[in-house]
Amino acid sequence: MAHSSPASPSPTFPGLRELQQMGLRIKRFDRVVALAGNPNTGKSTLFNAITGLKQHTGNWPGKTVMRAEGGYRFNRIHFKLVDLPGTYSLLSASQDEEVARDFILFGRPDCVTVVTDATALERNLNLVFQVLEITDRAVVAVNLMDEARRKGINIDTATLSRDLGVPCVPISARTGEGIHVLLATIADITEGRIRTNPRRFKGTLEFQQAVNELIPLIEQIAPGVPNARWLAIRLLDGDAHVQQALLNGDLARRVARQRQPDTWLEDETLPERGQ
Amino acid sequence: MTEKTFTAREVLSRAEELRRTLPGGFRDEILKSLYAEAEKISRRAVKTSSEKKYDFDRKIDRLVTSPVFGLPIMFLLLAVIIWITIVGANIPSRLLAQALFWIEENAAALFEILGSPWWLTGFLWHGVWRGLAWVVSVMLPPMAIFFPLFTILEDLGYLPRVAFNLDWLFRKAGAHGKQALTMAMGFGCNAAGVVSTRIIDSPRERLIAILTNNFVPCNGRFPTLIMLATVFVAASFPASLASFIAAGSVLGIILIGIGMTFFMSWFLGRTILKGEASAFTLELPPYRRPNVIQILYTSLIDRTIFILWRAIIMASPAGALIWILGNIHVSGASLAGHIAGFLDPFGALFGLDGVIILAYIIAIPANEIVVPTMLMVYMGTGIMTDMPVLSELKTLLVDGHGWTMLTAVNLMLFSLLHNPCATTIFTIYKETNSKKWAAMSVIITLATAFLVTFLTASLARVLGWA
Repeated sequence: MAHSSPASPSPTFPGLRELQQMGLRIKRFDRVVALAGNPNTGKSTLFNAITGLKQHTGNWPGKTVMRAEGGYRFNRIHFKLVDLPGTYSLLSASQDEEVARDFILFGRPDCVTVVTDATALERNLNLVFQVLEITDRAVVAVNLMDEARRKGINIDTATLSRDLGVPCVPISARTGEGIHVLLATIADITEGRIRTNPRRFKGTLEFQQAVNELIPLIEQIAPGVPNARWLAIRLLDGDAHVQQALLNGDLARRVARQRQPDTWLEDETLPERGQ
Repeated sequence: MTEKTFTAREVLSRAEELRRTLPGGFRDEILKSLYAEAEKISRRAVKTSSEKKYDFDRKIDRLVTSPVFGLPIMFLLLAVIIWITIVGANIPSRLLAQALFWIEENAAALFEILGSPWWLTGFLWHGVWRGLAWVVSVMLPPMAIFFPLFTILEDLGYLPRVAFNLDWLFRKAGAHGKQALTMAMGFGCNAAGVVSTRIIDSPRERLIAILTNNFVPCNGRFPTLIMLATVFVAASFPASLASFIAAGSVLGIILIGIGMTFFMSWFLGRTILKGEASAFTLELPPYRRPNVIQILYTSLIDRTIFILWRAIIMASPAGALIWILGNIHVSGASLAGHIAGFLDPFGALFGLDGVIILAYIIAIPANEIVVPTMLMVYMGTGIMTDMPVLSELKTLLVDGHGWTMLTAVNLMLFSLLHNPCATTIFTIYKETNSKKWAAMSVIITLATAFLVTFLTASLARVLGWA
């Protein structure tokens, strides 16, 4: 049978034969992978390296304000990769960060890849913890390893993996270092070959009981919501946004919206590329 | 066993009850333990063999963000970029114009030989094609130079430093410091600048950033400014100084635009968008060496070709429309002549003329085509001259159509301050989800443009300059 796929083997990293960059061909995909992370940690650079697309990148926090989607094929599995705006937290309010938060919470990705800055790991862990609260299908990509080495910073990713309970992969998106291992690890997660044990905040016994009581109640008023546990914690915290979203049915809308591309910007009248 | 169904309100009140059973400071406890955990984990995983100090970045930062040198360095960089753009675009623009108008002439001649009716030849070649030729030769070279230079600064990591330098000014104006970033994006394209305001979390300050974004000239308007600065302002000086004078006047116009951004932000913050400036943090990322291929791709393919394509799509119907307006004659004058004549007194009030006003009306879909539209109307209504190169343009406008220095300066000011293009207005509507704010963006800018040009025109008249 003739090979009908028009995809090309990665021209960015010729040694990487298992990767085929699919660019915008994402009509057919088996798995969805999200790229989350603090601003300016190189998510879009990694996205470009994997998909072969030319998403605009810039060396400043806030460059990406919209969700971008692209495709790649790794070991015969078709992945849809979603590049998200940078965010320091899942509790944030600005619209670009909301795009990221909503997709991580309600987009049902098969794997969340948290891209972190190796030169500022401690600060980046805050978001990692928050992502690990809501999913056990996560990989931490420790990016900018080349920059870290130049600054004399060494990251022991084995120890980090053990402490966080999810795989941590050292990479450098600009040079392609570690991308192969990262893609293999992502595939292991999505195919269930790796079982993770993410580090979660346990809290006191009363706290756990309160959370566990709320989870079924939330699932009842918002059927199909993927992160009842996180919502329960937010409610206990008195988060006004979450309270509102539950009351006015906004939650269900947010869940539904994640199935569509980022709002209206597909519209050809907007020079989204001319930014 | 029956299961009770809960309403959202009941779930919320149950959550309230449960929270009260928890010890008072449990939220702080959670946060504290998270930070402690992050510190513990990173201490175990990160080893810094830090004899190697990386303080080169810091040395540069001390200079480019210093209270004394920060702003001058910024404006110097901007001036250099503008100067390179003007000098570099000069010759390619002329060559492109010559080539494209040569094609027009010869293709039209060929059509005549083949016996095509005059209106078809005129419509296609002197209408549609001429519109395209103007847009391409006037816009392509400056964009192809400006965008790569801008992208280099962006990839280096200079933009957050700009935000740092301008922060105190924005705060004084009651706006958000990140507005410096969205303003910088506006230099490329105001619609993109408006979208980039998503990084501002306070809705009030985001609206201010959206409504004032248009006061920085986008790349569709740069060529207008460059052309007027070169042909009019600089032409009165010795040739050796011309490029510096041209760059200086474009820089001056941009500074007026930035000044207007601050003023209007302050004004909006005192009137319809009252409130306090909110605090924010912005990381100054390390300087990174830009990737040449990425820069060329982003700036040439994505930015230049994309904007040029948009202009071309808009220019051909505009060219066709102008040709029709210029060639349908009613009682002794063309339609364009009638309309321009009708608008003349109105234009004169602002130091402009009827043709310029007509050009701005035709160019509402895309600001890029203002100058080409204007020139085509002038040439279509006047005696058919040979297509002038830029240097002969001044003669045409001054002798043929009574332009003065005031006309040129006010046209630059009007180009800087007037309403956003249709795409940007549409983007503002989508981003604010409000017709009111989209309309406000037009009203504010148009009012500013008319007010400022009216003042300069009156002043010039009082002083006897015009």
